Amino acid sequence: MAGPIKAKFVEKEHAVVDGVDISGHWNRMFEQRVITEYTPELIEKIADLPNAESFANCYQCAKCVSVCPVDIVGNYGPRKLYRYAQTGMDLTEAPELWLCTTCKNCLRVCPKEVDMIKIMPAAREEAILQGKFVPAELQQAFENTAKSGNPLGQPQRKRDAWIKDAGVEIPIIKDLARPVDVLWYVGSYPSYHPRGIDAASAAARIFSALGIDFAILGKEEKDDADSQRLAGEKGLFEMMAESNIATFNNYEWKEMVVTGPHELNAFKNVYPKYGFDRPVIHYTTFLARHLDQLKELLKHEVNVKVTYHDPCYLGRHNGEYEAPRKLLEAIPGVELVEMQRNRENGYCCGGGGGGMWMDSFTAKHTTMRLSEKRAMEAASTGADVLAVACPFEVSRFADAVKSTGNEHVDVLDILELLDKSMRGE
Amino acid sequence: MNIVVAIKHIPSIADDLPVKGNNVDFDSVDFVLNEFDEQSIEQAVLVKEAVGGTVTVVGVDMIGELDGVLHLALAKGADKAVKITGDDPAADSHQQAKWLAEAIKGMSADMVFAGVQASNDLDGQIGPMIAAHLDMPYIGGVSSVEVAGDSATVNKEFAGGVGAKYSVSLPMVVGVQASTKPPRYAPVSKVRQVAQTATIEKVAPSGDAGSGLTFKKMAPPVVTGHAEMIEGSSKDVAKKIVELLKSKGLA
Amino acid sequence: MSNDIFVITEHMDGKFSDVSFELVGKAKELASALGGQAVAVVVGSGTASNVFASDSTIQVDDTALSQFNPEAYGKVIEALVKDKSPRLVMFGWTATGMDLAAWLSARLGVPCAAYVKNIGADLTMSCQAYGGKMSADVAPEGDMAIAAVLAGSFPVEAGQGSTAATTMASPVALDGLKTKFVEAIKPAAGDVDITAQTKLVSIGRGIGSKDNVELAEELAGKLGATVSSSRPVVDAGWLPRTRQVGKSGLKVKPKLYLMLGISGAPEHLEGMKSAELIIAINTDKKAPIFNVAHYGATADLFEVAEAMLELL
Ligand SMILES: Cc1cc2nc3c(=O)[nH]c(=O)nc-3n(C[C@H](O)[C@H](O)[C@H](O)COP(=O)(O)OP(=O)(O)OC[C@H]3O[C@@H](n4cnc5c(N)ncnc54)[C@H](O)[C@@H]3O)c2cc1C
Repeated sequence: MAGPIKAKFVEKEHAVVDGVDISGHWNRMFEQRVITEYTPELIEKIADLPNAESFANCYQCAKCVSVCPVDIVGNYGPRKLYRYAQTGMDLTEAPELWLCTTCKNCLRVCPKEVDMIKIMPAAREEAILQGKFVPAELQQAFENTAKSGNPLGQPQRKRDAWIKDAGVEIPIIKDLARPVDVLWYVGSYPSYHPRGIDAASAAARIFSALGIDFAILGKEEKDDADSQRLAGEKGLFEMMAESNIATFNNYEWKEMVVTGPHELNAFKNVYPKYGFDRPVIHYTTFLARHLDQLKELLKHEVNVKVTYHDPCYLGRHNGEYEAPRKLLEAIPGVELVEMQRNRENGYCCGGGGGGMWMDSFTAKHTTMRLSEKRAMEAASTGADVLAVACPFEVSRFADAVKSTGNEHVDVLDILELLDKSMRGE
Repeated sequence: MNIVVAIKHIPSIADDLPVKGNNVDFDSVDFVLNEFDEQSIEQAVLVKEAVGGTVTVVGVDMIGELDGVLHLALAKGADKAVKITGDDPAADSHQQAKWLAEAIKGMSADMVFAGVQASNDLDGQIGPMIAAHLDMPYIGGVSSVEVAGDSATVNKEFAGGVGAKYSVSLPMVVGVQASTKPPRYAPVSKVRQVAQTATIEKVAPSGDAGSGLTFKKMAPPVVTGHAEMIEGSSKDVAKKIVELLKSKGLA
Repeated sequence: MSNDIFVITEHMDGKFSDVSFELVGKAKELASALGGQAVAVVVGSGTASNVFASDSTIQVDDTALSQFNPEAYGKVIEALVKDKSPRLVMFGWTATGMDLAAWLSARLGVPCAAYVKNIGADLTMSCQAYGGKMSADVAPEGDMAIAAVLAGSFPVEAGQGSTAATTMASPVALDGLKTKFVEAIKPAAGDVDITAQTKLVSIGRGIGSKDNVELAEELAGKLGATVSSSRPVVDAGWLPRTRQVGKSGLKVKPKLYLMLGISGAPEHLEGMKSAELIIAINTDKKAPIFNVAHYGATADLFEVAEAMLELL
């Protein structure tokens, strides 16, 4: 890039204004400065993409940078991306494209409503369509989702294999062949990931103890694909959404309860654009509604100090901050302490927006994993337990407490804590 | 480098094949891309990526549903798609090869790729027949292709890991058995985008070449022997197999 | 025009493959029904060809033919066939025959049938197409036809003999070939030799993913068997090439061949149908493998394998 160009000026040797002689350097006037060293093209390139228009709104106030979780472990934030684009970075080709977790903290504080939740999927889709670099782990997750119906690449027919060890009967809606009150959408990680299965089994026991009339989709359940959408594979998302909506509508149920906030976001906020409009709530909201009944079941003390991590897609994206806390406070023996960054300003685990499948890639471009940063913050509260409410988080944090030397902190889903109190184990 | 991939849209054998008269009832079967064509498309794109050029995919539109297949090929890296408006679901390999060869003639192809065989190649495969019509050398059973200048080095497989390496001066026709790398993932976004933006060139079929075969009968094979079927649940099946193996001293 | 039946034989390193004898045996039967001769055609260089029970053997000898070269072999066979006008030209539907049969058909404009399993005295051919799911009877028009016959369709013995070969020079010039043989490729050594195993657990595309191969390994371990597979499993990179059974893989004859999720395509059958005990598990009750297996079950391979593991 050319060096900065000095502004030109006019300085008349002899100047008389309104009869006053102002000859000399005090009549110097600067010409309008032409900002040739910055081209708007790379900003326009992004802002021209459908849904990414707000990228051009940025006026560089930098409020976003101070709350961006990635900036804390690197050099990031919408303002910086804008600036990089101004000085020659093509976002569709840069590693920066893949670092945003769509946590929404920037949008919360942005006076100009620069919306990374829309910009990122659009720019990523563009990169995918143009055959630009896409992290290999992410491609694998796309391919797994397309082929096996889940990003882990596990066989569809094993999706309900976990239910046989849950200790309670878990009805499959197809076998039940009657309407149910609650269709419980379990989710991919709770169905396949060992730590996710722990939470799913706990949920099953709680629902069952509460006498909820529920059923799951079993082998018919497929990934919601919302994070794949945010990672740029909109076509895949649409394909999955069409198939899921058809499955959901095959059955009669009153309300859908989801284990994961990403699924909540998908079914509540995005699937409606594809014609699905039925009530969906997160398990924390659902259980908080049954709090009185639930309290009676929480017979055993769980004497631990707990800190709670707000999942971005439950909190900022869907406004649920209280229900998880109410559930934790309902557990006898639990002392709830807050981390410095909580609720609206909660930190991000790094798993959103496809970050779940870019772990090694992100690690290469940051000083520390977001999950590690958060695990340290949790440990600094003196908590024994880091409680979570998103299936992405258990595995991420369980790993992060170890890698940061905080093994003494247990990572547990709220479901697991409730289950402990219910069963006394 | 002008690379052409000749593909076949064929009846799916995932389900039972219905019969009408003396042939398959083409009106009531699903058509899919020949599985070896997936390999051949990948191989063609790999060659393009290695030495530059364009990949044109061309196939006969058997039942008016070839577009989806062509879109997928474009999403995987092909540059152009051409369909021959055959509209004859019963067109045999001889007929398709002739139409394809006529269409390819004008493309000044340096290499033509085809799947080594298709499950409905009752009258032989299109690859060697296209080669015969275009007067190009053919090698089938190929599992790797390297191009340097105006010649290609291909590995042909015989059996049991035994094969041979050939060097061929181009143009040539290659019958692909397996691509050097497994076929790539085409992002669904890309396929959907391609479906909205791509133009598929239509070519009218030209040239007559029937197989010269008269179908006298088409039916599931007459079973000379049939396995003794073990009935019951998977557990029962497992139990009976284990018993059988034990009784024969095999477990 | 004659009523002779030509068999284009195939050989490697001086050894003829079984399919050549199988075809010569069948050619004799057809020739005597039609009142013609069964002619074994050997294209090669210095090949010892007095091994067939044919009525006559023609050996086209040229150093340019010492290795299989589809272009050179094609030219020679085309010239020979044009000259002699046999009633039927038989190829094996093999790695070499597949390069030549359809090519010759298009060159000469004569009908060709592939996947041939049997040929009647009136030259009606039964073909096993659509992955073995369909059998088609087709009759070729005109007075010359080509058949590409699946290996293993006829007995080997009927074709074995000692008919002396008549050697001739190539009927066409073989200079200026565009195709050059560079070198032979030998199988990578090191892995287990599946042809030497008495028990094989063989997996097909039904195994679904690389991760699931473990289940088969585990089952094989319990049975004292080795894992082999169909071609797609190898193509996907889930097992090394040395484990592939079939036409382009290895021919095996174990005491036990336990098949999990293999459909039974003719190319696979070529490699295993003489196994002593064949048991097939497949979810598709119409899978062609059930016509070949001794025992079969319409069941999910994973469920059966897991249940077997519990019992072993
Ligand atoms: C020149 C040439 C050479 C070839 N050489 C060989 C060769 O050497 N060896 C070879 O094997 N092939 C070879 N082939 C390929 C051959 O044509 C077939 O494509 C291949 O054998 C099919 O393999 P498969 O049976 O595993 O797959 P498929 O035909 O796809 O069959 C998979 C089977 O698994 C069953 N299945 C699926 N899920 C389950 C489940 N959960 N439980 C139980 N069953 C299930 C399905 O019903 C189906 O029958 C060759 C092809 C060519 C052109």
